[in-house]
Amino acid sequence: MHDNTVERQCLEVDIACVGFGPASGGFLTTLSRGLTEAQGEFESSAMPGLPPQVVCYERADDLGFGVSGVVTRATAIRETYPDLDSASIPMTAPVTSEKVVYLLDPIGASRRGLAVRFADAMLRGLRFVFRVRDEAFTLPFIPKFLHKDGGLVLGIGQFHQWVASQLMAEAQVQLWPGTPVAEPLIEDDAVVGVRLVDQGTDLKGEPDVGYLPGMDIKAALTVVADGPVGPIGRKLDEHFGLPEGHERRDWAVGMKLVVDLPEDCALEPGTVLHTMGYPEPEVFGFLYVNQPGLASLGIFVPSSLDSPVRASYRYLQHWMQHPYLWKHLKGGKLRSWGAKTLQESGRQGEPHLVGDGYARIGEGSGSTNILTNSGVDEAWATGAQLAEAVLELLKSKQPFTRDNLERTYVKRRRESTLDKESKVAAKARVGFRRGFVRGVIGTGLTGLTRGRLNAPGGLGTKHREIKTLAEHFKGRIPASEIERIEAEASASQRPLQDVYMDRVGWPAIPFDGELLVSHQDALLLGGKVQAPPGYADHVVFLDPAACAACETKPCIAICSGQALTLGGEDGVPLFDREKCIHCGACQWSCPAPRQPGHDAAAIALEAGAGGLHSAEN
Amino acid sequence: MTDGFHIVVCGSLVPDPIQTLEPVPGGDRPALKNEAMLPSVLDPWAGHALYEAAHLAAKTPGSKVWLVSLGPKAQLQQLMMRVAQKVPFELVALDGPASGFTDSFEVAVALAQAIEGIDGLDRSRLLLFGGCASASRDAGVTVQMVGERLGIHDQFLAVDELKVEDGGSIRVLERVEGGRYLASVCEGAPLVAAWATGSLPEPPNSPQVGMQNMRTIMPALAKAGPATLGGEGTTWLTAEVPQQRRETRVVKDSSADEIAQEIVTWIKG
Repeated sequence: MHDNTVERQCLEVDIACVGFGPASGGFLTTLSRGLTEAQGEFESSAMPGLPPQVVCYERADDLGFGVSGVVTRATAIRETYPDLDSASIPMTAPVTSEKVVYLLDPIGASRRGLAVRFADAMLRGLRFVFRVRDEAFTLPFIPKFLHKDGGLVLGIGQFHQWVASQLMAEAQVQLWPGTPVAEPLIEDDAVVGVRLVDQGTDLKGEPDVGYLPGMDIKAALTVVADGPVGPIGRKLDEHFGLPEGHERRDWAVGMKLVVDLPEDCALEPGTVLHTMGYPEPEVFGFLYVNQPGLASLGIFVPSSLDSPVRASYRYLQHWMQHPYLWKHLKGGKLRSWGAKTLQESGRQGEPHLVGDGYARIGEGSGSTNILTNSGVDEAWATGAQLAEAVLELLKSKQPFTRDNLERTYVKRRRESTLDKESKVAAKARVGFRRGFVRGVIGTGLTGLTRGRLNAPGGLGTKHREIKTLAEHFKGRIPASEIERIEAEASASQRPLQDVYMDRVGWPAIPFDGELLVSHQDALLLGGKVQAPPGYADHVVFLDPAACAACETKPCIAICSGQALTLGGEDGVPLFDREKCIHCGACQWSCPAPRQPGHDAAAIALEAGAGGLHSAEN
Repeated sequence: MTDGFHIVVCGSLVPDPIQTLEPVPGGDRPALKNEAMLPSVLDPWAGHALYEAAHLAAKTPGSKVWLVSLGPKAQLQQLMMRVAQKVPFELVALDGPASGFTDSFEVAVALAQAIEGIDGLDRSRLLLFGGCASASRDAGVTVQMVGERLGIHDQFLAVDELKVEDGGSIRVLERVEGGRYLASVCEGAPLVAAWATGSLPEPPNSPQVGMQNMRTIMPALAKAGPATLGGEGTTWLTAEVPQQRRETRVVKDSSADEIAQEIVTWIKG
């Protein structure tokens, strides 16, 4: 935690934006154009005589180090860039074909319920009728709500770089990567700015060589765009709470690779494949071809997978080797790797969008459409809407109060197509809390009836109800063996999740050193994970006793970079910052709430520097 | 005593050294595979020179620092977002390739011309800083040629320390063979210092410094002229990176001695 007794330097600006992603891209681009068109009409309050001072602070070391392979309808993005030429952005292609594919389990190791097993048996039995090939059934049609007709396949890292270069050329806003923001500055329930993280500290945050207390950035408006697990959004939620009836309990970690496809691969640029059913029914997959010979592909491991062994990387490798995909990927080469958390509560997870001195945009503001599985364009739209509101308030010389932001930004958002669609989608995922089959049926019901009918279900604590190892492996691994496996894995330092997956029948990965590489090699080859010195550890254990008492420790299994391991003397997991990619999955996977019935976890992802060093995402 | 130095640092971007770099045949010279997609960093040796320059300027009233960078304009723009918060400087930008597949002489000519064109530069007070090597190509000759073209005869290579003494003379420590230093003293500016690593850590990010720098960086980028690097008379025969062999194991709680012994055993085969 920051020491409030330390004297800190202070910088005054007009607008401070936290996080550079699609939402802030939309915000800053629209605002920047508005400021240019105003031709000096607006004056900075913080620095009289100058134009409004707008700064954006991004945690990652560069603006292109976002992690996402994206297919998007790009409606809002095209509204901002009507003449957008996809050829001018690397890894971008117009969507040319789409398929949704159900993958059977060719190994027999996945955990499938009765209904799924029945469906599998039917598909196999009637394989000629259903045209099952390569252990996969291609859906004969794609519901309209899932289509991305006319959309784009994007590499989000490259898209961010392109947007940043456009912004830099306009020179109306300042973008500062490598600058993590620690916390919002709140005075009398108004946000008056942000505090940057302390530099020159040891791992515990204590002053060390070159200590520089994080500067206070005072701003009339703080724009919170720090994504689904950003510390500023989280701290605002902790301070202000969520609106009545809202909750954030559906999450997923998306893990992906960028792959050089083998020379004989016939997949065309713009190809979009979505899969479900394997390696576990709840795990969804995607493959998007960005340009000739280059594809983004990966899986989503959701919180509805109520397993303590959410081993994303291992699952990703099995998914790639499914016959339906492997025929395209065999002989390919890993170029980039990464993972991020997705907030999948959508509108149900919407926080207070505005307050005195702040506004929230993007994924952290609940903009993701959980029916159409899209978030980038929606995030962009929220940013553009806020910028229009800001320009309106600047023009009328009105302050950024809650009322004024409600009247301008929130009103625009509520009247937009984005909002109408998010209402339709609000309950699209609730079925997944009661299993894969109900989830799929529920999503279909929501989509086909435009939200009039949904799967039953509502507020719940599903993600806090991760089964114990004994419950999860009941009938597959005796409880006594679980104890022995844990002891052996702890002694050998072997990742526990791998041991369990081996034990329940998942075959060993035939590493080829090119595409199938060890988890640590993925960090080295594909992610180039970095952790600069001089910053405190950003994953903190807020309730060590709860962590020590936690039997399942799902934070370790789901950790995208194997940065969390068993072995701490006090029973608390060990954290190795040099492997952390800031995905935040540990935070939402934590089954040990700090207070009974409360969502705040015993582990927290704070602001920190470093992480992935690849823009090929 | 001195009235302050005019310190010009020559330094530009290189592809982030932790990326996988793969030379591929280009038109008239090799190129890097996916060069446009690779993130860039300030050349680490140029970084040392820049931080030493800023440190010296801060200690010597009346001093000023310019950073002269030759690189693709769009990538320079990106780079400045990462560098500008570090130390105060004024940017002089030249638009041209920076992949390492350029002729050092041509680069030196372009840099020297840019330095000669800096408004208000007092060449009698000039300290020309650069890296003694480069992460894109370990030749390290460019800054010497820039110095020669500017008529600066006091040149120091692989510098780790530069101190201004009471009388205004400058004492320089240069790395020489055998892990030793050659200590030299010269009367003062102008001089060329091609820095090794120096002794300063990378400065923390300062938002105030960033905002101050940005006011001059954006206009400098806007007026960056093209650098003529035709490569006339240069023929590129081959370009390749050293072969790597990677064997990754996760090992914990090993002592430094054990790790060293294992490396020795591995090297001996």
